[in-house]
Amino acid sequence: MGKKILLEHINVPGIETYDVYRKQGGYTAVEKALKTMTPDEVVEEVKKSGVRGRGGAGFPMGMKWSFLAKPEGVPRYLVCNADESEPGTFKDHYLMKNLPHVLIEGMIISSYALGANKSFIYVRGELMYVVRILEKAIAEAKAAGFLGKNILGTGYDLELVVQPGGGAYICGEETALLESLEGKRGNPRNKPPFPAVKGLYQSPTVVNNVESIATTSWIINNGGEAYAAIGIGRSAGTKLISASGHIKKPGVYEIELGVPVEEFIYSDEWCGGIRDGHHLKAVVAGGSSVPILPANLILKLANGDPRLMTYESLSDGGFQTGTMLGSGGFIVFDETSCIVRNTWNFARFYHHESCGQCSPCREGTGWMERVLHRIEYGHGNQHDIDLLVDVAKKIEGNTICPLGDAAAWPVASAIRHFRDEFEWHITNPSEATQPGAVFKGDMALV
Amino acid sequence: MTETQNTVEFTPERLTKAQEIIARYPEGRQKSALLPLLHLAQEQWGWLSPEVMDYVARMLDIQAIEVYEVATFYTMFHLDPVGKHVIEYCRTGPCCLMGGEEVYDYLKQKLGIQAGETTPDQKFTLKEVECLAACGMGPVFQIREQYYMHLTKERVDEIIEELSK
Repeated sequence: MGKKILLEHINVPGIETYDVYRKQGGYTAVEKALKTMTPDEVVEEVKKSGVRGRGGAGFPMGMKWSFLAKPEGVPRYLVCNADESEPGTFKDHYLMKNLPHVLIEGMIISSYALGANKSFIYVRGELMYVVRILEKAIAEAKAAGFLGKNILGTGYDLELVVQPGGGAYICGEETALLESLEGKRGNPRNKPPFPAVKGLYQSPTVVNNVESIATTSWIINNGGEAYAAIGIGRSAGTKLISASGHIKKPGVYEIELGVPVEEFIYSDEWCGGIRDGHHLKAVVAGGSSVPILPANLILKLANGDPRLMTYESLSDGGFQTGTMLGSGGFIVFDETSCIVRNTWNFARFYHHESCGQCSPCREGTGWMERVLHRIEYGHGNQHDIDLLVDVAKKIEGNTICPLGDAAAWPVASAIRHFRDEFEWHITNPSEATQPGAVFKGDMALV
Repeated sequence: MTETQNTVEFTPERLTKAQEIIARYPEGRQKSALLPLLHLAQEQWGWLSPEVMDYVARMLDIQAIEVYEVATFYTMFHLDPVGKHVIEYCRTGPCCLMGGEEVYDYLKQKLGIQAGETTPDQKFTLKEVECLAACGMGPVFQIREQYYMHLTKERVDEIIEELSK
């Protein structure tokens, strides 16, 4: 069994309430941090732990914290990014709904470390029921003296505000999220200045993902070194993986980083294998934005070694033969899946979610959607594949925020690894547009 | 359920709630309350008419255009009247892998409407949405705060029958 850090008490009845969470050792990390550690010591522990941003970027969290500007007399803010919207990702939803106090405790520790007295949890608006769960947890923590004025008699004040979004994927991008939190459209900001210098209300701000913040209680209780000892090398600790698609047991799993991908897919402890009578065709390992890989490349590296669930191993081979851990949205496709249709679906998603600020993304995502639509519906022509590659290339790296890259990568990678499937759609339109028709060419299934 | 929009004013309970929300933000940053207030308004009136948006603008002491530009950006806000139940159906990849498109076609056929339309009896409005962060439980749709997961044609029959009562 793998190490459980975040989900250790997930099966304890009533764990969503303060009383039960407290009985399981909850809020001891707040006591330890506020009573026995300085804010800088907390930052130091988190640095030592090596925990990396769990929202997708994988940037070391302690380092991000150390960039926070601290001018005299200016408030600083911590904002938790709970705008989980990356297709294939549902771990933060699961964590907040079942273990709200794990996030609240992490918010208190992180806010203390950063010197924030008012912190925000920005939750995607569709999860209004989770907003209510978090507000209830906050009220309980406040009643127990862990929030509000002069927490535990230490002189530290903290207020937590839960803010609902309005249904916009782009607000998962940290500067768009800050705009939204200020009551505006979610248009990402030009950087610099970075949020660490000028963020919310033009004040120094740290934006961290739910899962990242939730790890801090364990790190404070057990020490940064203990956390760093879990996992492999720079992929320290555990990661929540949202597993979906054609597997026997979809769900949210906490894995110790370093589990072989093959074991994650086939072991009964995790996904339980591909649904009966079917075979693995492809995997999107880190949310819809990351490159899709065919079965042979997701299970093994180019040199034949097993691929592991770590930041480094998943990205081994670059975009030629690798992908990314991303948000841990692990989408599994069996041989009944049409890669062209899925790529069109994702392209439509990014077109719908583009904020429209930058022309390469605004126009390019729509262009890719339309070209993919005509290929899928039997009206593609031979130039379309190269056209898609060309458009994807011209979006990538040419936009204010990473949504452009996120839109380009799924298209470029699907063509890189499944080009014959796109060609089949173009050369055999009447066959390819039959209901349920899927390319059955020379493809490596596992 | 949808009240007349002639008297645009929050109910006393919602007015108290609105004031609490506005007070959460630092002095001079009350515009931050805009999204939460629009949700509160939609909860009361079902949709956001120009009159409702103007009311929210007055409450926050901001220009009406600042409300319109936000309400039109975020997909959760309804800018036209809707039926009693708004079904927000996930059309994104992972749900589709689990048969989401087939179930969706069935739902449209059953209700006799397309995305963006309302049934003649004003009971159901159908809306297509993107990923609802419940991919392991797909196909999924949402009605207000309730998630309906693991959808099948049979499950759709049950839900629609229950809500039609």
